[in-house]
Amino acid sequence: MSESEFEPKIVAFCCHYCAYTAADLAGSMRLQYPPNVRVVRLPCTGKVDILYLLKAFEDGADGVYVAGCMEGDCHFINGNFRAKKRVHYAKKLLDEIGFGGDRLEMFNMSASMGPRFAEVAREMVDRIKKLGPSPIKTVQTQKSGDKP
Amino acid sequence: MIVGSRKPMEEIEAMIDPFERIIVLGCRECVTVCSVGGEKEVGILAAELRLSRKQKGRAIDILEFSLERQCDHEYIEQIRTQVANYDAILSMACGAGVQFVAESYPEMPVFPAVNTTFIGVTEEQGLWTERCQACGNCILHLTGGICPVSRCSKSLMNGPCGGSSDGKCEVNKEIVCGWQLIIERLKQLGQLDKYEEYIPIKDWSSSRAGGPRKVVREDLRI
Repeated sequence: MSESEFEPKIVAFCCHYCAYTAADLAGSMRLQYPPNVRVVRLPCTGKVDILYLLKAFEDGADGVYVAGCMEGDCHFINGNFRAKKRVHYAKKLLDEIGFGGDRLEMFNMSASMGPRFAEVAREMVDRIKKLGPSPIKTVQTQKSGDKP
Repeated sequence: MIVGSRKPMEEIEAMIDPFERIIVLGCRECVTVCSVGGEKEVGILAAELRLSRKQKGRAIDILEFSLERQCDHEYIEQIRTQVANYDAILSMACGAGVQFVAESYPEMPVFPAVNTTFIGVTEEQGLWTERCQACGNCILHLTGGICPVSRCSKSLMNGPCGGSSDGKCEVNKEIVCGWQLIIERLKQLGQLDKYEEYIPIKDWSSSRAGGPRKVVREDLRI
């Protein structure tokens, strides 16, 4: 699969109080951002579990990111800091199995940062396009391609 | 509780490398409390193993299952019907659990996914520290409730030694001198006279020196 054909599937776990609203604002502002991003709304990024992140990859995501409030601005005081630690840990796990922790990231933004939401979406899509499809997909493709 | 830490992924993968159908078996006791081998950790390890195998193009069929305990027969029996469908068991329990599962299913290879580390406490969320070495002869009543066997690096009975400085142990400056703690606590309790008492050489036969130990309660046996 060439890089130009590859359209990554990206899951964004977004906090209801910031990134999700920022996504809404990006829409109201008619800002364009790649349709590769699938948003999952969370009550707070503190709800993010390492298992959610791994399952997203297992179910075929090429990239995953968590978007929470600006540091110090969490509606639940420190949910975004907890998410940051979990994302960091999950990145380590992904590196350990050779999947690549770079496919996972944590971002911070406020509800008023619609343009930043669009920018982050573009940034992540660009990054994953460079990294290529999820290693589990590459293998599946190779295997089916190997068949006579 | 028994505290553990998960083995490196590389080691786990090497153990289960020849197998394609495995049971990742969690334990809902101590290892759940110290977040190393409970239901959630089973999910995480299974997801990691599947991702890792998939990118290598190799199949793996994982049954995620957690038992109430892996140190009691009745719970281990709960997977008997499933065992025949799998090639190996990867246990996330402590060493006792892993061995008891292996004893119950002698025909199955059973592997440890966790290093059993110590008997300890949750000092704070995410921080566990050692408190007991199961020496089999408790002397906490003599030492202000602080154990010299587990808290002193040398397990001295009459400390501190010359390696104690500013309340820290010479082994590592992050280790608090167990005997310093004992003296401070005895002082607080107004029991410094206990510190004056000489504690005779410890009989380690109740500990590991006496070989594998057992406890028999005839009144409870059926």
